[in-house]
Amino acid sequence: MGDSLYRELIMDHSKHPRNKGTLDPHDYSYQDVNPLCGDEIRIDVRVQDDVVSDIKFSGRGCAISQAAASMLTEMVLGQPVAEVKTLAKEDLLEELGVPIGPARMKCALLGLKVLKAGLYGVAPADDSL
Amino acid sequence: MATPLLSPAPLQVDAIRADFPILNQANERGQRLVYLDSAASSQKPAVVIDAQANYYRHDNANIHRGVYALSERATTEYETARKRVAAFINAPDPDTCIFVRNTTEAINLVAYSWGRQHIQAGDLLVVTLLDHHSNLVPWQVLAETQGAELAYARVTAGGRLDEDHLGRLLDREPKLVAMPHVSNALGTIVDVARWTRRAQAAGATVLIDGAQSAPHLPVDVAAIGCDFFALSGHKLLAPMGSGVLWGKRDRLDAMPPFLTGGGMIRRVTVDGTTWAELPAKFEAGTPAVGEAIGLGVAVDYLTELGMDRVRSHERDLTDYALDRLQRLPGIQLYGPDDLDERAGVISFAVGEVHPHDVASILAEENVAVRAGHHCCQPLMRELDLVATTRASFSVYNDETDVDRLASAIERVIEVFA
Repeated sequence: MGDSLYRELIMDHSKHPRNKGTLDPHDYSYQDVNPLCGDEIRIDVRVQDDVVSDIKFSGRGCAISQAAASMLTEMVLGQPVAEVKTLAKEDLLEELGVPIGPARMKCALLGLKVLKAGLYGVAPADDSL
Repeated sequence: MATPLLSPAPLQVDAIRADFPILNQANERGQRLVYLDSAASSQKPAVVIDAQANYYRHDNANIHRGVYALSERATTEYETARKRVAAFINAPDPDTCIFVRNTTEAINLVAYSWGRQHIQAGDLLVVTLLDHHSNLVPWQVLAETQGAELAYARVTAGGRLDEDHLGRLLDREPKLVAMPHVSNALGTIVDVARWTRRAQAAGATVLIDGAQSAPHLPVDVAAIGCDFFALSGHKLLAPMGSGVLWGKRDRLDAMPPFLTGGGMIRRVTVDGTTWAELPAKFEAGTPAVGEAIGLGVAVDYLTELGMDRVRSHERDLTDYALDRLQRLPGIQLYGPDDLDERAGVISFAVGEVHPHDVASILAEENVAVRAGHHCCQPLMRELDLVATTRASFSVYNDETDVDRLASAIERVIEVFA
């Protein structure tokens, strides 16, 4: 099963998510949903000296969306905010290490979308989120 | 060769599968494609693909009014397709079968044409929580524009219509009752003949969404007695873009056109226009002729197999699948237990695994199923589900497909253990 989406790394993050939870207080918080399959992700960030000093994600949904969010928190913890803002989707996809087809791309990228929207200060689309 | 009278002769699935060129493919690991998403769209036999291609290759011209041979042939084939569809659903008069693109367009035709003519402020419209969005949203829009009320008949935990609730709604004398013949999400077969009688006795006009029944059960619109019946060709072994609205003649005759323009007029002057007779009144513009011809061939293909045999085959296959799947650890099956009330649709969950992960792993095993809300968000909410994984059968599926499904689910369980 060398080409499976569900390789060890993804399944490890899916079963044992890193940095799971919420931060209170936080400097940034944002959440969004993937309306196609109902994935939900919230990311809280603390910043100290322009560096991501703490980050937590919460939510529910498919293994791909949750594992990708978990891996994303590990990638950006301790990184300068300016660098995190320029993180490309290719960076995350490379970290995931499995081929993500068009049908699951939105799942894989939901966490990154949420993180960037939070850091760029985008207003949540819906107050109920 | 003797044919048993009571139990229909089983379908020869290997021979049927050979009629469907698309099924003759495998993934890079050599696993044959197992297509279990016919409730979303069926595959097409070569005779249907060829009929459509041959029309464009040999007979293509605009229908009606052309006096040359091509146009005459195109017209004859198009109208022959209408007769074939009428026979397939036992419509007494082919001209009451209107060619449309799909079930959604058929229902919109009724909602816009009949609905705006008959529904007034304060009227009650009734649909069910088993309905696909295509039989909900047009009525929501109609209720909103006309100031009418829309009520939803509830569904039991077992996936059947809540008969008491629907009965109480009928007591309120709705102007319209719209319901599915078969639920696309759960496979529930609704006793539409009985509910049509009750709804009409309460004064309602009745529309049946036959998108999921026409491909799988013998359909007799005269016996059902409904006022309108809608179906999609693409779920019925026919090309996409082919569909039918059937209606009782007096209903259709009294309705204004839905779309206007060429092909549907009797006489146009600068002062106004009069409408053509049925079916042309509801077929404005150049129709999808090749697709309709394909639909005619598809219903003949099914008729040749025999819809009683098709139903019996899919019932047996559903029985086998329910038995096979419920042995798997952690699996949850939705929908009615009684096989007489269930078409070949199996919605399920694998423990806490998200349906999209289930479907993705099944896809890696070359088993095509669907995951999601199945265009039934109100039903999912009623059953307290976000989404399910759904396998659905057609004439080209057999027990080996169910075995492949079961092994693929075993891999899901293994990966997520």
